[in-house]
Amino acid sequence: MKNVPLLQTHGLTRRYGDVTVLEGVSIHVRTGEIHALLGANGAGKSTLCKIISGLLGQTSGTMQLGGSDYAPSSKQDAEAAGVEIVQQELNLIGTLSVAENLFLARLPSYGGVLRNRLLHDEARRVLDQFGLDGISTNKRVESLGVGYQQMVEIARALARDCRLLILDEPTAALSGQESERLFAHLRSLRDQGVGIIYISHRLDEVAELSDRLTVLRDGQFVETRATKSASKDDMVNLMSGDSSVDAAPNQHASSGHHDYRSSEIALSVRNLTCGLVRDVSFDVRRGERIGVTGLVGSGRTELLRAIFGADVATSGEVALSGGKTGRRFTHPSEAVAAGVAMVTEDRKQNGLLLAQSIRSNTTLSSLRERFSWSGLIRSREEENATLQIAKDLETKCESIEQSVRTLSGGNQQKVAVAKWLLRDADVFLFDEPTRGIDVAARRRIYLLMESLAENGKACVIVSSDLDELMETCDAIAVMSDGQLVDTFQRGQWSHEKIAQASFARYAS
Amino acid sequence: MKQSRWFQIVTEYGALLAVLGVLVAGFGLFSKNFLQVSTLVTIANQIPDLTFLAVGMTLVLIVGGIDLSVGSLLALSSAVLGVLMAKYGWSIWTSLLVAMIVAGLCGTVNGVISVGCKIPSFIVTLGMLEIARGATKVVTDSQSVYIGSKVEWFGQPPEGMLLSPAFAMAIFVVLVGQFVLTRTVLGRYWVAIGTNEEAVRMSGIRPAPYSIAVFAISGLMCGLAGLAQTSRLSTADPNGAVGIELAAIAACVIGGTSLMGGRGSVVSSFIGVLIIQVLQTGLAQVGVSDSNKQIITGAVIVAAVLLDALRNRWSKIA
Repeated sequence: MKNVPLLQTHGLTRRYGDVTVLEGVSIHVRTGEIHALLGANGAGKSTLCKIISGLLGQTSGTMQLGGSDYAPSSKQDAEAAGVEIVQQELNLIGTLSVAENLFLARLPSYGGVLRNRLLHDEARRVLDQFGLDGISTNKRVESLGVGYQQMVEIARALARDCRLLILDEPTAALSGQESERLFAHLRSLRDQGVGIIYISHRLDEVAELSDRLTVLRDGQFVETRATKSASKDDMVNLMSGDSSVDAAPNQHASSGHHDYRSSEIALSVRNLTCGLVRDVSFDVRRGERIGVTGLVGSGRTELLRAIFGADVATSGEVALSGGKTGRRFTHPSEAVAAGVAMVTEDRKQNGLLLAQSIRSNTTLSSLRERFSWSGLIRSREEENATLQIAKDLETKCESIEQSVRTLSGGNQQKVAVAKWLLRDADVFLFDEPTRGIDVAARRRIYLLMESLAENGKACVIVSSDLDELMETCDAIAVMSDGQLVDTFQRGQWSHEKIAQASFARYAS
Repeated sequence: MKQSRWFQIVTEYGALLAVLGVLVAGFGLFSKNFLQVSTLVTIANQIPDLTFLAVGMTLVLIVGGIDLSVGSLLALSSAVLGVLMAKYGWSIWTSLLVAMIVAGLCGTVNGVISVGCKIPSFIVTLGMLEIARGATKVVTDSQSVYIGSKVEWFGQPPEGMLLSPAFAMAIFVVLVGQFVLTRTVLGRYWVAIGTNEEAVRMSGIRPAPYSIAVFAISGLMCGLAGLAQTSRLSTADPNGAVGIELAAIAACVIGGTSLMGGRGSVVSSFIGVLIIQVLQTGLAQVGVSDSNKQIITGAVIVAAVLLDALRNRWSKIA
């Protein structure tokens, strides 16, 4: 049974416009093996798995499953062929029962009438088999803890007879004991001949659980080898790449870098704790651009939100130069009043009023303070300021009355940034400032950060793109599992060192 | 510059005014009496109650809420006004002040509970609808209160004039409402909150006080509407204005206000009020029965909204 090829991909490539996220990836997974998929953020792991499970089409390349051609056009197609995926984000319906969620796509019925007894018996069988005898099948999913929800999600995939099972970060929300139970189950599936693709940042798990591993980097295949022959250091090195190779663009970038740092501290964070974020302390000086990196789920975004008061921290202090010490912000309005600005990660969700005009969006944060007179809007001033800043940032638009929805991603981001430039803050928090925007707009944003630094502003920049941080920042702080584990100064950093630090709290 | 401003007005209100024009012309064709001054004056003097409510409702809808209690609050303020004037002999002004305070407080309670406790305003104001109607009956002992000439001057045209002070006041409130909505920080924040409340919060603004204010204003508008209705009928009727909240919502929606929040115009809602009232009066004049009137009114509301939705889709494609 072992060593029989189950899935083979040949030159899978996926492009979005000019951006290639997966390039010519060929892997093979055998029956009866647990195959770990490793790679840093943006290496293409999730994209690859989505293509295999029919959630995403490939730009080019082919796949074979069990010896015959395999080209799923939907998740249903893939499921019919015996391929199941458990994605990172939960896909359960909170208001339905555990049993209904487990069998949602194929509820047993007789002439349209739900066969409740059969449904719950079947669900019971699945849960027991998975060691979840503590969960009632009648319970509403939303009343379960996140760990149990994750287990239900996994059980749902396991409830179907599958040949290939894909798990994307399944243990992120699980306790140690729950993880152990999952591993035992995965091993027994492997012994039954199921092929399993397993994605995890936790290298301990990979070493313990997997038979072979494949490393991806920047959308490309790096290597497949037996897990036994790879140490954790090897894994990190493979993921981050040979440090001598990427030193070149790094040096090139630093030649154009100016250091505008002054000695005066602009923002001081002490022992900040907020949910995922634990006990984080750091200082940012005026004119400094500090990058924050770390794996997905390491608490980067959460750190910025806690500083800004978007999430209320449970302990710790946030102080600005000249401001009160010994406090933290409990609402964004307090942070803004103190001189902090935050360009949010998801600009469509909470950064912009998509249906409103460029003018409304640009002046939203400064309307009361700068463009009003006893409650009345000073239209002329507002219009002039909006036009001026749109010109400065080279925002491409027909008119400032145009709705932001009609702009491209890059120009939307310029509007989101312009909002804070008019407010004239001292500290700028950027969360993924260049996600999904084109090269020219990206350039413009980097230039803007530089001019902010030149004018004595402090910038904290969260990005998954390490090269971006290396190009723009004076220092890079690395987060791992909610903690700030290390800070590297320009000239002292390398992809390798930063990757090591990112995994610090996961590979204990 | 001036031309483009007129062009703006035409594109903004053109479709609505066209619908209104077609209705007026149509009824003029079918009924000889419709296009006479007396009919138009009757319509004008009947609309202030609904206009006040529609102004408040527009603002509530813009921030993404809804206010179902306006009919009952109208009746409650009318009852307070009637009892104070008729039984206690208070002047119209002090009585109005008390009625407005009562309605404004009820609106504030709507706002504080729905915004502060994050409960859908649909439910909170539905509760207020019942509470205020019950309170109205308590205040009036379930009897109509006749006031007479002390109050009639406001809702009925003075000797030798065509239009009532209430009508003038309604126009004034529409203009003020439109001004606040489009030219003040408050109005800009309302639209922003209705579009994306989280984005407003992340821009450093506390949305809650602005959202609560909108419900308080809607309450105050009910106070004015109470005065308008009482003065038109000379009587405070505890069973009056039942279901008028739906007419107010319909007027806003005909005017293009979005039930999802973030979009609306006070002037457009006023045109919506005119369309509804012209339809009512016109249908009555051409001799349509009450039951058929209801059917036609319902159909026109749906047709108007459908037209607006199609127009939006076209403009997005274009």
